[in-house]
Amino acid sequence: MGIRFSLAAVVALVLAVFLGIKAAGLTYFFGVCVPYAAILAFVGGVVYKVLKWRRSPVPFRIATTAGQQKSLPWIKQDRLENPVTKKEVVGRMLLEVFLFRSLFRNTKFQMDQGPKLYYQWEKWLWLAGLLFHYAFFIILVRHLRFFTNSLPFFVEPLERLDGFLQVGLPGVYITDALFIVAVTYLFIRRIVIPQMRYMSLPADYFPLLLLLTIGVTGIMTRYFTKVDLLKVKQLAMSLVTFNPIVPEGIGVIFFIHLFLVSILLAYFPFSKLMHAGGVFLSPTRNQPNDSRIVRHINPWNYPVKVHTYAEYEDHFREKMVEAGLPVEKELPAEATTPQAGKE
Amino acid sequence: MKIYDGKYILIGLLVFVGVITFPIWFNLGKAAPPPEPKLDTPVIMQMAQKQCVLPREEMRTGHMQILNDWRTQVVRNGKRMYVAADGKTYEMSLQNECMRCHSNKTQFCDQCHTYAGLKLDSTPYCWTCHVPPKETK
Repeated sequence: MGIRFSLAAVVALVLAVFLGIKAAGLTYFFGVCVPYAAILAFVGGVVYKVLKWRRSPVPFRIATTAGQQKSLPWIKQDRLENPVTKKEVVGRMLLEVFLFRSLFRNTKFQMDQGPKLYYQWEKWLWLAGLLFHYAFFIILVRHLRFFTNSLPFFVEPLERLDGFLQVGLPGVYITDALFIVAVTYLFIRRIVIPQMRYMSLPADYFPLLLLLTIGVTGIMTRYFTKVDLLKVKQLAMSLVTFNPIVPEGIGVIFFIHLFLVSILLAYFPFSKLMHAGGVFLSPTRNQPNDSRIVRHINPWNYPVKVHTYAEYEDHFREKMVEAGLPVEKELPAEATTPQAGKE
Repeated sequence: MKIYDGKYILIGLLVFVGVITFPIWFNLGKAAPPPEPKLDTPVIMQMAQKQCVLPREEMRTGHMQILNDWRTQVVRNGKRMYVAADGKTYEMSLQNECMRCHSNKTQFCDQCHTYAGLKLDSTPYCWTCHVPPKETK
């Protein structure tokens, strides 16, 4: 059900832009209006989401005990898994962001022949996830070639490394293949594993299918159904210099690619893809485990009117002394009995 | 409405917006003019019918594939002649055939390649082996 819905959604999007360009000739709409709207929705949406999330206080430390907590001096602390200082927290965050540390812990749980439980290493998800993210990142950086007059210094070495196989012309990029393989794996995994399929929603299938279609259309524009790159660059440059022109004669496959990327951008902040921003705000990743070192005060504590024992005694001291009750502070000298004063 | 850890959130969001708007501030709002390769070399000017091995649009998007195929045909299969769709035969040679007409490499090749952000010496790697024709300026 989820797959069919997501597939229908992606097909509908492709058809919409195909008909829009081919039948209605809406090149300006799909080439200029949609990308601008999408980038606005993306930036605005991400800022909105982050601010909205950060309006909720997270006053207390959520310690995840993946490593030895800081304890007695002769017990070795696991500084990256159970950080105490800011620096260590940054270290854990870097591991999480660049190497997906939490996902690396992934295990597979299995029951086999009666009451035997097995936990197995399961690294394929981590591997495919990591490959997908890095391939996508490199592909994004490579696209800077369309958006800058002169290439920024880091793009050319990256391109050369990416295309070092020098297969065919235009040269095959390794990341193009990795991207497709990784996304396909992530998609098939959801279908083949029964539990994954049971818990997968359209919101899980849709981004994968969208990414896959973006990848396929992108590869088609480069290797198969070619488009005139110079015109594409002219369009891209006109967009980033706020002087939009849509040159005549760009193939429809490019508009499909551009439209799907726009959809992805606009969809991003309001979907699970927002984990890109969310990872920095996850309390189990960004909080040092210092609940026994620092006093954490609940920010929504309201001022409670309290009557301390000292104040209580001030109130009732005379009566307490009269009744023979012990007091912490004696009555002032002139009011005390002679015996008490002598002592 | 309070934003908790406002300082870090602000820094993070500024970095995010800075990275996303990279193409805008990197170009300083100026787009390089799209290239207009000149086809007025002496050889082309003398041609009665100005035509390449394939129609212009196909050459624009597919010239690199043709060059690559030609390279394979000549170097690996030993075939040197190419029969175009209109029956004309061409010698499959970048230096002797392509550059005979398009003798203006800086105009004809480099202009577009630079605009598209290719590194002239390495991508495409034609001129790591071939010698470009001498140009009189």
